[in-house]
Parts: sequence; C-alpha cells; structure tokens
Amino acid sequence: MNAAITSELQSLVGPRNVLSSPEDLAMYEYDGSVDRARPEIVVFPSNTTEVSQIVKLAVKHDIPIVGRGAGTGLSGGALARGGGIMIAFGRMNRILEIDLENRRAVVQPGVVNFDLTRAVEPDGFYFAPDPSSQKSCTIGGNVSENSGGPHTLAYGVTTNHVTGLELVLPDGEIKRIGGKLGDALGYDLCGLLVGSEGTLALVTEITARLSRKPEAVKTLLAIYETVDDATETVTEMTARAITPAACEMMDGWTLCAVEDYVHAGFPRDCGAILLIEVEGLVEAVASQSAGIAEVCKAHNAREVRTAKDDKERELLWKGRKTAFGALGRLAPSNYVLDAVIPRSKLPQALRRVLQIGEECALKIGNIFHAGDGNLHPLVLFDPRDRSQFEKAVRASEEIVRYCVEIGGALTGEHGVGMEKSELMTLMFSDADFALMRRVHQQFNPTGLLNPGKVFPIGKGCGETRIRTSPIHSPVPS
Amino acid sequence: MSSALTSSVASRFENIVGNEFVRTEREALERYGVDCVVPAVAVQPLNAEQAAEIVKIAVQEKLSLIASGARTSLGIGMPPSRYDVALDMTRVRGVAHYDPGDLTISVNAGTPLAELAKILAEKNQFLPLATPFFGTATVGGAIAAGLDSPLRHFYGTARDFMIGAEFVDGTGAQAKSGGRVVKNVTGYDFHKLLNGSLGTLAVITRVNFRTFPLQPSRRGFLASFADETGALGFAKQIAESPLTPAVLEVLSPEFAELFLEEKSPVASLRLDVEAWTVCVGFEANAEVCERYRRDLSRLARTAAARDAIAVHDSQFSSLLEILREAPAAMSQLAAQSVVLRFVTLPGKLPDLVRALQSFASSSWMSSAILIRSGSIVYLVLLPRDGDETADKQAVYFWKSVGSLRGQMEFQASILFCPSDWKAELDVWAHADGTIDLGQRVKKAFDPNGTFARGRFVGDM
Repeated sequence: MNAAITSELQSLVGPRNVLSSPEDLAMYEYDGSVDRARPEIVVFPSNTTEVSQIVKLAVKHDIPIVGRGAGTGLSGGALARGGGIMIAFGRMNRILEIDLENRRAVVQPGVVNFDLTRAVEPDGFYFAPDPSSQKSCTIGGNVSENSGGPHTLAYGVTTNHVTGLELVLPDGEIKRIGGKLGDALGYDLCGLLVGSEGTLALVTEITARLSRKPEAVKTLLAIYETVDDATETVTEMTARAITPAACEMMDGWTLCAVEDYVHAGFPRDCGAILLIEVEGLVEAVASQSAGIAEVCKAHNAREVRTAKDDKERELLWKGRKTAFGALGRLAPSNYVLDAVIPRSKLPQALRRVLQIGEECALKIGNIFHAGDGNLHPLVLFDPRDRSQFEKAVRASEEIVRYCVEIGGALTGEHGVGMEKSELMTLMFSDADFALMRRVHQQFNPTGLLNPGKVFPIGKGCGETRIRTSPIHSPVPS
Repeated sequence: MSSALTSSVASRFENIVGNEFVRTEREALERYGVDCVVPAVAVQPLNAEQAAEIVKIAVQEKLSLIASGARTSLGIGMPPSRYDVALDMTRVRGVAHYDPGDLTISVNAGTPLAELAKILAEKNQFLPLATPFFGTATVGGAIAAGLDSPLRHFYGTARDFMIGAEFVDGTGAQAKSGGRVVKNVTGYDFHKLLNGSLGTLAVITRVNFRTFPLQPSRRGFLASFADETGALGFAKQIAESPLTPAVLEVLSPEFAELFLEEKSPVASLRLDVEAWTVCVGFEANAEVCERYRRDLSRLARTAAARDAIAVHDSQFSSLLEILREAPAAMSQLAAQSVVLRFVTLPGKLPDLVRALQSFASSSWMSSAILIRSGSIVYLVLLPRDGDETADKQAVYFWKSVGSLRGQMEFQASILFCPSDWKAELDVWAHADGTIDLGQRVKKAFDPNGTFARGRFVGDM
C-alpha cells in the first residue's frame, strides 16, 4: 500500500488502528477455511462514519475493500482476494440497545455472537443462530454469511433473526434498511443483504430478533452399531413429524477422537451416535423425547441416554462443537465440506460419502447437522503426499457433485466465498448468473467490494480450494 | 396499444400458447382489470417456458405486463401507469416435486392454495400459508401479494418457509434462487424479494416450500375483556409466558359483531357484546393442549377477563377460517370498505390502537379492528350507505394516520379501497422502504420496466 494512502487511513482512524507491517498482515491472510489471501493494509474503524470515509478513499484510489469480523468463516468470505484494504470490525463491538419489550437488540457488527446471548440471558432471552464458533464469531460475519448452527433446525438461520441493517454502500453512502418492525413495506432488502457475503454492502449495524428461552430442554444421546441405523432414524423422525430443536450425528470413528479430546462420556465402540435436543413446554418435551427414543430403538439403537443435568448436557455439546478441532489432531491436514441433501436421502448419501472415501483410500469423518440434511464430511489427508492431496481434491468435489445431483445444495451454512465460487455452475445457469451479476452491478458497480467471491472467476474446480497448507483444523458450526 | 400492434402481438402469443388461450375481446379483458385499468390482450401460458417467451415479446414491443393467478389480490397497491398484457398463470399448475420424507414441496405458481393443502393433508402435512382468498388464490399470487396468515405467530410469514423459487425476470430469462432443501445459503436469496413484490420484479413460475407436520390437535381459547387495555395486556402476558401458541389475535367488539355471526358455527364464541376478545390457537397432543388450557385459564383470571372458554378442534377450524379470511372479508363488507394494515412493535401497539379508534370515532364511519400477533393491525372503515363524503373522510383519516408518524414507530398501507379513490389516496403514503435501493433491485430484475410500473412502493 503506498505511503500516502496509509497515512490518509492513519489520519482517518488514528495510527494505532492501522496495520501495515508484513508480520501483522500475515495474521489476516487466513480465516477458518483453507484459502489464504493477504490484505495490503488492515484498518479498524470505530464508527459508521469512519467506515464510510475509508470506503470513499478506497474508491477514489481504486483499491479493493473487504470487511472482516472474527475471521472464523469457512469459505474465505473475509479474505482479501483482491488485496487492498481490509476493514476489520473488531472495534465496532458495542451492543447499542436492548429492547426486551419488543424483543430486539441493536448491535454493531463486531459484537461476538455469544456476547449478545450473554447480555440478555439473565432476562430469559437469547440470540438464536448458534454456529460452533459462537464464542468468537461476530454478528456482522453471521449476517454476511447467513450463518446457521445446530439449533437452526428449529429456529432458522441468521436471516430469520435480522429485521434491520445499516449499510455502507461501495461508494461510501450510508443507508438503513428495515428496522425493528418485523415486516416493513417495500422489497425485502434485508432478505437480499443477509447472506450476500459482503459483496453488496458493508454492514455497520444490525437490528436482531431476540428469542425467549424455552421452559424445558432435554438432550438425548442415541448410540448405534452402524451409520445406516443412525441415518435411518433421522429419516424416520422427519417422516413421523418429530421435530427436535437439534439433531446432530457423529460417526463412531470420529467419536473416539472427540472422546480423547473432551472426555464427555461418548462410547468408543459404536458405529455412530445421534445427539438430539428437544425444547419447549415440559409436557411437550416429555412426549417428544419418548417418541424419539421409540424411533431410535426401532432402528436398533444400542442405548438411548438422557443427559441428567445441565453439566452433562453442556459436556455433550462441547464434544459436538469441538469435534472438528479434535479430528484435526489425526492427520496433517483436513478439509471440511459443507453441503445439503434432502433428508429423505440421508442414508444413501452417507453410504456414498463413505464409499468415495474408500475409493480414494482416504479417511472421511462425518460430524454434521443430520436433522436438516446439512453434511460436513471431513477429508483427512497429508498435503506433503501429492497423490493423497490429489485424491482429497477429487473426493471432495465428487461428494459435493453427488449432493447437488440428488437434489441438494452446495452450501448449507458456510457460504460460497472463494471456496465454492467455481462450483456455483453446478447449481446455477447462465440466466441465473446474469441476474446475480445485474444485482451485484447495481450495488457494487466498481466491483471493489469483496472481489472474487460468490461468482465463478474461471479457475478449475477444486484447484484453488485445497492447497498445501500447514496443519490446519477448521471449526465449522 | 394500437389495434395493429394488439393483433400482431396476439398472433405471436397464439403461436406460443394456441388460439384458445389468447383473449382480446373487451368482456374477457375486463376480468383482468387492475384498478379499472384494462389490458389489450390476455394470454394463458401452459408452462414457464411459454411464460418466458411471452415476456420476451413484451420486452421487444416495450409493452407493460402484469402476471396474475386467481386475480383475488390484484387491487393491492396503486393503479398501474400502463397495462398492455395480462399474463394469466393459472394453467401453470401442479406439483413439480414432493418429498414428504424431507418435508419439502415444489409447486407450480398457478396451483390453488386449497389444492396444495389437500395434497399435503394426504401426507398429514400442511403449509402455514393460510392467507385470504384461500379457496381460490394461487400459490404464486399469494406470494406476490405478500398477505399474512393468522398462523404467523408461530410459523412466521412466507419468507420463513419459502426455500426457493423459479421465475421469469424482466429480460424474459428463466432464473431461480434457493433450492429444494431446508437449509441453503448458495447464491443471493432472490426468492425473498419476490415475497410481497406484487409481481413487479418477476413472474413467479414455481415456488419451493418447507412443509410442516399436522399436529394431533389444533385447539383454541377465547377470553373477553371490557376494553382494549385488558385484551392487549392479556395478549402480552401470553407472549411473555413459556407458551408458544400458533395463533394470537385480538378482536375488537365490532369485529366480533361483524364476523362471529349468530347463525355461524362460531356464534357461541361471541362471548360478550361490547367486549374485546383475545383468541389463542395452539397445536399439540392432548396433554400439551391441556397444559395450554390450564395456563391460559389462570392467566385470564389474573387479567380479570369477563369470560373465557376453551374451543375444540372443529370449532377452532371454523374460527381460524374467519381469521384467515378477515382482511378479504373486511373489504367485502361494503362497496366502499377501506381496509388498512399497520405494522408496529408490541410496545407501541396500545397507543396506536387507541389513536386509530379515536380517529375512527371522530369520523362518520364505523370501524372494526383485528390485531395479529402483537404487531399487525387490520382496520376496516365502513362509510354509511350513500354517504357522498365517504372518500373525503377516508382521505382525512389517512392524513390523520400520517400525523401519528412522528410520535410512534409504525408503517401503514391501505390494502383495499375503491379503485377510483386512489387518485386522492396514496396507499403507500405511510410506508418507509428504502426507495432508491428498491429501485436498484427493480432495475436489475426488470431493466426495461416491463412489469407494470406504478403499483408498488416508490412508484415501482
């Protein structure tokens, strides 16, 4: 970055809030994904006006801009693919208003997801989207990626919990869309902006919905000898209209690694487990969990345990939420996929994933949101072994293709970002892209905001995705 | 549109859809009128491909097109500034894909809601899109009109369970967004924009939904209160309790009088003349329903309800139908009915309702109010028969609503009113909307302005 621009940025936000040395910038070339891209400068604004001024400066000098929260994303959404200025929202981390009467909170984008829940928890409320990274990821990042989490099965993803946004457009103009009102008149611009992966505007303030904590929660652990029995259980639960708040699956092999890591009491000798949570009125929780236990047993569950207290419940969830970290210890590198399939096809999809692993002689772990068909196959490999690396690329692409072929989608919650931009052609036609580009053009005509994301840029499938990175353990939700 | 152009366009349409599906005679065209603006030609495609071809011709000839389903809600919005082609989507119907085991369905836009409900019921499922004109309205029309449902208290609006859509954009291209799975963040969520857009962005050809299991029982509980303060207080207590009812509505005494008629199956639910009624609906098994009844009875006693009763399944279904149809039924009460819709925050609701009542009582019109889910107010103004000043009173009322806007947070629109009043009555006058960003979206979707302008917020 040239010295004049650096000094302009320093005078905008103060010298302490600008990073430009190579050592500092190296910290910002990663997110939770396997991609890397180094910004030329990182700026930490403290308010919307500063964001707008930075954007105007960038436009004047034709410099790309990318927004960043905590950098926990898993698709490269917050990486500076075009170099340029990274606007990091770490200092814009204030909860501006909590309005319990109307169940809304107004927050800056750098507020950590779980901090909002912590702030309203004593009054019996919480912020529903719960990515595994919720103790570090920011709400601004959640809005950009439309993040999910285990409990989105019952409560929806981020878009269902956002009613208003303040935006800085790629020309520096400040705009508000929506507000505290649930369904404001006019086009649903919040619906468009949430999940647009930072390609249409920078989000500088969020009005979020707060949810009331349920009266009762019960967590069940169902243990199976085979993966098939576990997936058949999920399919039948859906068909029988049992709607838990969360329904997660882990295969037996990954469970051993998790148990070594968290000591949550998971069995070491099973084929798979389901971690199922039901919430609501005491009576509803009792009847739902009885129904669930019945389906589990009908599908040969060896045992159905109920967490006896909050402590045991939290430990089981800790096991689930840190599972990817635990698996990271088993191989020099890994690659976590995120794809969705119709829940009725869960058994066949899991069989196919395991088969692909066998064909490529690679270990693939499966820890995922079974209840909404959101798979996260984790491919383990050694990047120093060229043939393993190539097989990992092939296996990953084959799994994603298969998921789309059977009626699924490329990404359920991690976003397209850099990771899947080339795979977008599996789902979208030229006409779909033409419309996406026209919308993109209307909001981001210079293309300076978050370039190289969402849209294919013409590199080969998979080619840019898995690289010979150092040991790396992403933590998906 | 000149008659030469009309006949040339009609003949091109005929080549696409066949002679019997193109109409140019006045009598047929009047049925497609939007706020008394009548098109020059009406065409009924069989599928999305034909719809796309028709839009392409409209683009080439610089015509203005309005897509419609059963034409039940075309009166929402302002009159179109121009309207040449009526694109009747009712032949584009049927289920494209239904995976009951995944609780997802993909349905063509012209499918009637009632037909969809029957298909889902066979698998013990339903869609919480219980919107007005349910017996005739189509899926695509319901999405474009964006009307809400009494079930929104628990299930939200279409935005919350619509998982994808296919449509023809303003260039005549067939595009899509979302998909057929319940969780999906691939690409821009264009289908959310279509919801409530009155067809100004695209012609909806297919919609994908997540469906929901029918619960063993759907029951209700009614409590009556001396005034709106008591009723709203009770509704607030329910919202703050652990209960999560599917329906939470508050009926003004006038609403109860108009809609819980003496001879209807719900007549016995009319608890108390002059009273405000809170109507709660819940779905669950018998044990959980009993818990609702118990808790609600207790809360009603504490809130000093005048009267309270439990409502069983079949009677509750009738009541739910009345609530579902309310906005439409309000508009049909009289030739000059004006139905207004307000969106506010639970905390602002009592003040807003009191202000609206005071405006209504100082006019010569009678009124009735339905409050939905603690944040939506439907109000109907009913001028006296033969009152020649009715339109002026409505304009005055609408201006008074505007005067409240600095004092409390809400948005308002006129949902239905006589078409010829719209010259004086801007139905969107009290809508915020970020107009210029909306216009950017419009420009991207419909670069040539083919989908009739003038009807939506911001003249779009």
